[in-house]
Amino acid sequence: MHHSIVSLKLVTIVTERILEDRLLRTLVQLGAKGYTLTQATGKGSRGVRASEWEGPDTKIETLVSEDVAQAIMDHVADTFFEHYAVIVYVQDAAVVRGEKYV
Amino acid sequence: MENLDVLAANLLSPVILAFVLGVIAALVRSDLKLPPALYNGLSIYLLLAIGLKGGVELSKTPLSVFIGPALLTLFLGLITPIIAYNILRRLGRMDRVNSAAIAAHYGSVSAVTFIVAITFGTMTGRAPEGFMPALVAILEVPAIVVALMIAFMRDGRAGSWKDALHEVLSGRSVILLVGGLVIGALVGPEGFEPVEPFFYSGFQGALVLFLLEMGIVAAGRLRDLKKVGFFLVAFGILVPILHGVLTIWLAQFTSLSVAGAAVLAAMVSSASYIAAPAAVRIALPEANPTFYLTGALGITFPFNVTLGIPLYYALAEWLIG
Repeated sequence: MHHSIVSLKLVTIVTERILEDRLLRTLVQLGAKGYTLTQATGKGSRGVRASEWEGPDTKIETLVSEDVAQAIMDHVADTFFEHYAVIVYVQDAAVVRGEKYV
Repeated sequence: MENLDVLAANLLSPVILAFVLGVIAALVRSDLKLPPALYNGLSIYLLLAIGLKGGVELSKTPLSVFIGPALLTLFLGLITPIIAYNILRRLGRMDRVNSAAIAAHYGSVSAVTFIVAITFGTMTGRAPEGFMPALVAILEVPAIVVALMIAFMRDGRAGSWKDALHEVLSGRSVILLVGGLVIGALVGPEGFEPVEPFFYSGFQGALVLFLLEMGIVAAGRLRDLKKVGFFLVAFGILVPILHGVLTIWLAQFTSLSVAGAAVLAAMVSSASYIAAPAAVRIALPEANPTFYLTGALGITFPFNVTLGIPLYYALAEWLIG
């Protein structure tokens, strides 16, 4: 049996652990129905994050509609780009059970 | 003991030697590192242990004995961030936000410095009052609030004041300390007896392991010393001494013993590196973490645990003893 495949957006945010709670609250407010969290370490323009005193970074992934993806990207850029270590990007995703995510 | 013997006894204690070992391990780029879960577990154990012991002692202490030291501690928690802020602004010519961020750290307290100060007193036969952990709880929060208020008032900024306050009040050090105090006070000496061996026997060993990790962390900050400049290095040593002297001078007007005054001086002079950084990162994101973390962890913590604590005991002995 074939399941119908729906196109969604996968938004990934990699940022400082200290922002995790605030970001997750906002994601839900903006319309995300769920998310996946992973501990992350790495290096970028703000240096090696793994050794920071605050602990490892966090990677947040969420499957959302295109509108919600845009809202999340805007919020992250406006609120956190200036002062925090943060990466956000969006990819196309093909999922089954598409109604779960919107 | 003569002061130099006391200093040598402190430098050669297992706690300080473990700290030095951690520093050396980091300097030779050893792969030694405490797993984060162990480090977190140890900090929970240490904070809850001192909270419980303090609570049990508090249940035996009349309010009339406790109220003087408690009010003094609250006063010091309110005044030290203002002193630190003004020194940073006027002498250091630092900007407002970074001055307030650093002031929050130097007004608040490092629980581990407090524990090392207690251990040092006990080791040299001068046990401080049992209710001292309650003073740590009093000292932790006000300074952070005062320093953030300075930054917010001067700039007329909105910011996430609420998030920052939540971060301090719900942080593990406040929950464990205040929670431990309440539990200890509720159960009293008899109720505490069954769990006492666990929190008593393992305490010094846990502290040795914790200081090993602190050495590794502090050495990691040493690499940033060049970035923070001479002023902040001098600030990280002289302001703690200033706060310590102020504390001991005021403590003579309360009922505090020599050891109690010395431990309070170590607390007031110490710089927070758990509660304050989290709150400051949220409330003052544009402040440079290199300044406050290097100051608190790389300069003031090593100074206090090696030389500062014996100095405060000597000063308290001289002024009050």
